Amino acid sequence: MSDPLFQAMRQSIIDGAPDMATELAQQALANGVDPLEAVNQGFAAGIKFAGDQFGCGEMFLPDLLASAEAMKAAIKILEPEMLKRGSQREALGKVVLGTARGDIHDIGKNLVATVLSASGFQIFDLGTSVTPEQFVAKAKEVDADIVGVSALLTTTMAGQKAVIEALDRNGLRPRVKAIIGGAAVTSKWAAEIGADGYSRNAIDALELAKNLMSKAMNKGTALA
Amino acid sequence: MRPGIQLLSPDLIGRILREAFELLMKPGVRVGSAPVVELLRSAGVEVGVAANDGVARLPAPLVRQCLASAPRDFYLYNRQGEKAVHYGGDDVHFDPGSCCVQMLDPETLEARPSETRDLVRIVQVTETLPQFAAQSTAVVCNDAVVGSGKDAPSAIGDLYRLFVVLQHSDKPVVTGSFSAAGLEGMIDLLAADSGSREKLRREPRAVFDVCPSPPLNWSEFGSHNLLDLARAGVPAEIVAMPLAGGTAPVTLAGSVTQHAAEVLAGIALHQLAGPGSPVVWGGAPAIFDMRTGGAPMGAVETAMLNLACAEVGKHLGLPTHGYLVATDSKLVDAQAGAESARSATLGALAGINMISGAGMLESLACFSVEKLVIDAEWIASAQRLARGIEVRGEDVRGETLATAMFAQTGLSGEFLKLKETRALFRQEQYLPSPVIDRSARGSAPPSDVFTRARTRVDELVSTYRKPSLPEDVLRKFQAIVDREAAREADRAGVAADLPSN
Repeated sequence: MSDPLFQAMRQSIIDGAPDMATELAQQALANGVDPLEAVNQGFAAGIKFAGDQFGCGEMFLPDLLASAEAMKAAIKILEPEMLKRGSQREALGKVVLGTARGDIHDIGKNLVATVLSASGFQIFDLGTSVTPEQFVAKAKEVDADIVGVSALLTTTMAGQKAVIEALDRNGLRPRVKAIIGGAAVTSKWAAEIGADGYSRNAIDALELAKNLMSKAMNKGTALA
Repeated sequence: MRPGIQLLSPDLIGRILREAFELLMKPGVRVGSAPVVELLRSAGVEVGVAANDGVARLPAPLVRQCLASAPRDFYLYNRQGEKAVHYGGDDVHFDPGSCCVQMLDPETLEARPSETRDLVRIVQVTETLPQFAAQSTAVVCNDAVVGSGKDAPSAIGDLYRLFVVLQHSDKPVVTGSFSAAGLEGMIDLLAADSGSREKLRREPRAVFDVCPSPPLNWSEFGSHNLLDLARAGVPAEIVAMPLAGGTAPVTLAGSVTQHAAEVLAGIALHQLAGPGSPVVWGGAPAIFDMRTGGAPMGAVETAMLNLACAEVGKHLGLPTHGYLVATDSKLVDAQAGAESARSATLGALAGINMISGAGMLESLACFSVEKLVIDAEWIASAQRLARGIEVRGEDVRGETLATAMFAQTGLSGEFLKLKETRALFRQEQYLPSPVIDRSARGSAPPSDVFTRARTRVDELVSTYRKPSLPEDVLRKFQAIVDREAAREADRAGVAADLPSN
């Protein structure tokens, strides 16, 4: 952490400066720095800081998005080298996201995608107004760990329930976790429809996703 | 003079409209449904020519022509056939907020799913309060289920809410449909109430909120409803809701510009389908909260957006609507009072024709009937303020402000005894209900406004009388609801379960 290059990487993410992050990533490669270390000790530390600052109200959504963009820029440079070394940054988990059928409001869903992706989750974004069948098909195709369904409208919240039912029907749960979010969504609704989790915003969603993954892993170990 | 407030200079309104017209060409407006594309193409508008992307580019001359055919004012009528709401000029009316999903339980202070009994109670209280010129289909009835079990509100929910309101109220109604299929039944219901579709067109009882999706997107059901309303001649209220910084430019001026473009596009579609049909320049614009990603309805900037958007509509000579008198607080507390009173006052000063939102907590997620009766006090005060300082008393004694009264009292100070005092104090002063505490401290400990509001709600409900509708109208209502419930159940493949009310 004391390495000035890692410090600068961290700072480029906090500043939300994709150009600087790109330059630092290139510099790291030129200097023979292990790309995975650059991510873990440099850039990812910046995202963690930004997330914490957002959590306590010191940073705001536009700051957070800028940090996520900077993170993406850095990963884009480092990824080919990581692949070459076979040190692909291990995804924290595979997440299929989309808004419920009939709902075209996607700000919240996009925020969740950005934050999760920046933090190391692999995101499969199905976009807006996604049918339960589409969620199921994608979850099967990519062997998803988590399916996230967003609904802004009270009228489309039923779509969240439909997705969970479809996941159940296809025998994907409990291995695949279903999480929901959206302005009108409450923890009560989440409990009522049997979701594995609900969060009020993108940062909470990150915590939620991490918790679900660690629970799944613990369970896996126990079973093994 | 009527006191007012203006946020936009004539110069700025000009710039807003110039850029709004530019937006309608570039990037254009997304239109969802085939009938809309067809309608636009027959008017010579190119839709998705370059790429088949459903984006329409609306030329200014066409939009201006549509603006010219939109009526400058219209009335909503009550069940007795009297003009009850004037959409036009600087006339100001208020109605409760719409379509909440939760209700604040005054006992536990928790939000719980709203039910039919809540909607009835809200309608009863609204019916008794003169501050509300219109009813709204205020809360979702979670107990009225069509679909698989205790589901989120289904397509028939909109119709059912209107059915409940019409049974319990004589006032005009601000309502809306969340599906293209639901609108037909709702218009049938209103026609049954009026006597015929023709009578409904002539003397509309209700206005329908229709919402584009920001930015610049007229989704399938929104545009569908717009066309159907225009053809039926039932008033449409275009409620555009840009979120500054989230789904619209972060600057207030930029969001007002996007709002203008979205409403202009809506008016174009509406007037192409039904030239001369009544349409309202409405909105529920808000800022985007940079911490929560929510829409803070109580923020002063949200009120500023509503006022500025209405100003643009007024400049075009159209009837206006805004979403104010709501709060982001979860309780009926000082924040709720301050935010609601402030925006009620601003809205009244701005001369917005219909102001929706009273009773709403938690950024429109929860309704409180106690808040509704408190908001009625802010509204009455705002209405009083908007009347301004009037010169009166000519009919009582001379045309002086004070000297004629002094001629009677001299220096005795006995104004309380004057005929003028007795004759005029009701016009000069708004006399609040007991919800507002002005009493001297007595032996009992003072109560807070929420406690007084609870008592007031009970009192109002006890004075409420349900309108007596002719048997045949009620039968028609029931037949329409049964028909639509059967259709919906058909679609969902299950039985409908509607509570009687």
